Amino acid sequence: MMWFNIAKAQSFMPTQGTEIAKQVDNLYGFLLVTSFIACVLVIGGMIYFVWKYRRKTPNDKTAYISHNTALEFLWSFIPLVIFLGVFGWGWYIYHQMRAMPKNALEINVLGKQWAWEVEYKNGYKTVNEIVVPINQDVKILLTSSDVIHSFFVPSFRIKQDAVPGRYTALWFKADKLGDFHLFCTEYCGTSHSGMIGKLKVVSREDFDKYMEQGQEERNLPLGEKGKKLFAVKACASCHAVDSPATMVGPSLFQKFGHEETMDDGTKIMFDENYIRESILEPNKHIVKGFPKGVMPTFQGQLNENELGALVEYIKNLK
Amino acid sequence: MSTDNHAHGAHTAHVAHHFKTADQQYSSGKEGIWLFMLTEILMFGAIFVGYFYYHNQYPEMFAEGAKSLDWKMGFVNTLVLIFSSFTMAISISFIQKNQQKKAVLALATTILCAAIFMVIKYFEYQHKFHLGLYPGKFLDAAKVGAEHANLGLYFGFYYTMTGLHGIHVMIGIGLITWCLLRTVRGDFHSQYWIPVEGVGLFWHIVDLIWIFLFPLLYLVG
Amino acid sequence: MAKTTAHGDNYINYEKGLWSWLTTVDHKRIGLMYFITVMFFFFIGGVMALLLRLELFAPNTAPNVGQILANGDVYNQVMTYHGAIMVFMVIVPGIPAILGNFFLPLHIGAKDVAFPKINLLSWYCFMAGAILAIATFFTTKIDTGWTFYTPYSIRTGTATALMVLAAFIMGMSSILTGLNFIVTVHKLRAPGMTMHRMPLFVWSLYATAILQMLATPVLGITLLLLAVERFLGIGIFDPKLGGDPVLFQHFFWFYSHPAVYIMVIPAMGIVSELITTFSKKVIFGYTAIAYSSLGIAAVSFFVWGHHMFVSGQSETTGIIFSFLTMLVGVPTAIKMFNWVATFYKGSVEFRTPMLYALGFMFLFAIGGVTGIMLATLPIDVHFHDTYFVVAHFHYVMVGGTLMSLMGGYYYWFPKMFGKMYSESTARMSFVFIFIGFNVTFFPQFILGAMGMPRRYFDYIPAYETLNKISTVGSWLIGIGFLFGLYTIVHGLLKGEKAPMNPWGSKTLEWQTPSPPPHDNFSVEPVVTAGPYEYR
Repeated sequence: MMWFNIAKAQSFMPTQGTEIAKQVDNLYGFLLVTSFIACVLVIGGMIYFVWKYRRKTPNDKTAYISHNTALEFLWSFIPLVIFLGVFGWGWYIYHQMRAMPKNALEINVLGKQWAWEVEYKNGYKTVNEIVVPINQDVKILLTSSDVIHSFFVPSFRIKQDAVPGRYTALWFKADKLGDFHLFCTEYCGTSHSGMIGKLKVVSREDFDKYMEQGQEERNLPLGEKGKKLFAVKACASCHAVDSPATMVGPSLFQKFGHEETMDDGTKIMFDENYIRESILEPNKHIVKGFPKGVMPTFQGQLNENELGALVEYIKNLK
Repeated sequence: MSTDNHAHGAHTAHVAHHFKTADQQYSSGKEGIWLFMLTEILMFGAIFVGYFYYHNQYPEMFAEGAKSLDWKMGFVNTLVLIFSSFTMAISISFIQKNQQKKAVLALATTILCAAIFMVIKYFEYQHKFHLGLYPGKFLDAAKVGAEHANLGLYFGFYYTMTGLHGIHVMIGIGLITWCLLRTVRGDFHSQYWIPVEGVGLFWHIVDLIWIFLFPLLYLVG
Repeated sequence: MAKTTAHGDNYINYEKGLWSWLTTVDHKRIGLMYFITVMFFFFIGGVMALLLRLELFAPNTAPNVGQILANGDVYNQVMTYHGAIMVFMVIVPGIPAILGNFFLPLHIGAKDVAFPKINLLSWYCFMAGAILAIATFFTTKIDTGWTFYTPYSIRTGTATALMVLAAFIMGMSSILTGLNFIVTVHKLRAPGMTMHRMPLFVWSLYATAILQMLATPVLGITLLLLAVERFLGIGIFDPKLGGDPVLFQHFFWFYSHPAVYIMVIPAMGIVSELITTFSKKVIFGYTAIAYSSLGIAAVSFFVWGHHMFVSGQSETTGIIFSFLTMLVGVPTAIKMFNWVATFYKGSVEFRTPMLYALGFMFLFAIGGVTGIMLATLPIDVHFHDTYFVVAHFHYVMVGGTLMSLMGGYYYWFPKMFGKMYSESTARMSFVFIFIGFNVTFFPQFILGAMGMPRRYFDYIPAYETLNKISTVGSWLIGIGFLFGLYTIVHGLLKGEKAPMNPWGSKTLEWQTPSPPPHDNFSVEPVVTAGPYEYR
């Protein structure tokens, strides 16, 4: 711990997710302390002087002091030395930020209005979610398909513009597990503030599993993908799929293509659109005999492709 | 043009109320015009920086583009402008010698040259349009053929630079006409000619910019 | 000159009727016309700011107070108008065009600026540009942010071309003002008024004028290219056509960084005047302050890249720009120390203008040290385009420029209008603005450190409390300005008649009646000493 950590710079900065973040915070802590001292000197000096030498009579005599070369040299020279010191320190850290590590795990990220498209080396694609292993150099290769965006993970203290028509890059080595915010910091229009992603730092094993899963998912037939999702999203804990038995919710076995009676007495055809509606707005139509408000909505948690996979899976439960 | 023989004199009609002497007015006016010319140069300077930046990035495109321009037309225009600069300069020295008639003739010649420049420019543009060589995204790829389809950016520069210069030539024509009318009216004489000198300076800068534009666009490849 | 009617004894009643104002070439009247127009736009920009803060009072999901504006597009438009109006129509012309026009000739003992007609032309350019800018409001509006970054500004469906043309025309107005000031300082000084006897406000205007002259043409051509890009698709800034959108940023900041100093250097000049007058003491380090203005102006041309540390420029470029930016900090620090030293053994009187000068020093110190933080490369990587930057430049632009502009208004109010303002309401206004300002913008430093990006219509719940505090602060500022407006109107209507030199200042403008006569001085002054000889 260095002396300037009394500034508790971290208390206002987000979690330190990388080694670089700690270095940045140290420098920031130093700057905070020196800035505070400088402000106390200047503002305190100002307040002290204006109060001590406040006007007492309308005809106060004032001293005629036009300049003082030694003093002026000192207060030009000392700030210069401090500024250059800070500059050098900054240079040192910045160089580490910009020097791309060799053998890093590379992930391509494409900014577009208004989402981050992520593509891993094995071809697995996600949107607004990046999963990386802990303690591993990760290099993000950025570009944009429309306007300039900027890739910002506050906890990692890193930021880089995604510029259309060229690649830019940044790297990090996360040393904390967890979910971190990913913001767009270059103004990009209507939903600029909604262009928020998640950066998940997981263990090596979980990452490998995630990649494998992604690899498999890409090759799976739609129905199989749906089966997997059904398990991952824990649908099976409430809905039976291999018998008409009632669990928390109605069974889905052999339901497709048949009419269902709702709690208000109306009948609804159990078709693709009803499945979709039941996933996204589960409480709109409740099957007779079941309570309302039990099933949570999956709005925003599934993309079109995943919805399609689920529909395909439920369709074929025979 | 001779600028050394300053106008001297007491507070006369052509000295504005906030100046003490004609001398002060003359030197203020002159400094103002030079400063304004500086802003013109900086403005064109920025486009030149852009030109060099892209020339450096896409040297082949700029070489190809330069080939599709007719350097002879550009060269004639260069001569026309240099001559007009000369006639502009002598008009000032005529006014300083109180030879207003000759000055009017010189100014009229300058305007004529400027008009010739614009006419030649018009035919150049016309020809490029005919070939489908429009700027940027309007470049007619079908008409110019695949080997020229990448010239959009070059012609973006060509039209912007020559267009902005052309606007300056038009403004110059207006200003010189204004000088000519005031000379006919007898406003300018050996004691007072600063507006003509100012317009003259403007015209030299317009000329100078063309002298940079011509080789950069037509010759360098 | 002589018309049929008799002339009044000061510049306000010298000639009568609206037409006499619209055709005037008197620098004092032109300054006053700028005053009225700029104040009008300040009001509009201020209302926009209050709207923005109101929207950010709570996250959009909060009931009732969550979402005030219809959608993100409306927010972006309000944000853009706030920025563009405040920068191009308030802060840039604020001090030079209003107080500079009015007082530069008076300060150096001249009858007018060097080119009075061009001065009037510059006001008309400003008005033409401003009207064009406001006209965009009645078309498809603008939503690019005041920085017009490409390729967003090429792609967006809003009236960007019209707006950049407006900014171009206003830029011409700025160039003409700068040109006028340089020649005036060079050629029209009264006998005995050597360069080193000029008040520091004149020095600062001189340094500013150089910046206006040299930097604005580059902005002009950049905006013109952007307009042409939109009309003709020339491709210079459009990556789809082989162009480079980052080149626009280079061009833009080549002007817009010096523009920051166009805004703040004259503010420093005013503060120097206020401090010496209300301390009744010679300024400490006259030469250092005067030349540090020129030094800042010179170096400011080579620091534009510090706006682009994360734009993809090379590491070396970033390092060079960071180094040069650090250098700009030194002359700025020198000025602060000189002002503090001026108080030493002075006779400090706490009139409203002096309060603003002290407020300026307080806020500018914070703005300055956070500027050094932002100049430090890895710190900027984290803070770039977050609320930390927003807070920093508001501390400099509002806490710096606007505070000193307000101080300048109160200081010269008696001279401009021949009336005294009411000290009590003016002080009340200051207290509200000063406290409100800190309440509004200090939390934004912390928000930025926490990572909240700027230009956000909505934010994550973690940022809520600080945003609420910030919004409450904006109301305090609003109340403060209402007091200020009342003070001005009250002073104009009911103020006591102002004496020639109510503050006991030594500079020339106070040695002529309030308000000054048409020709400024009945007898041309002859200067025999420096501007701050309080012995």
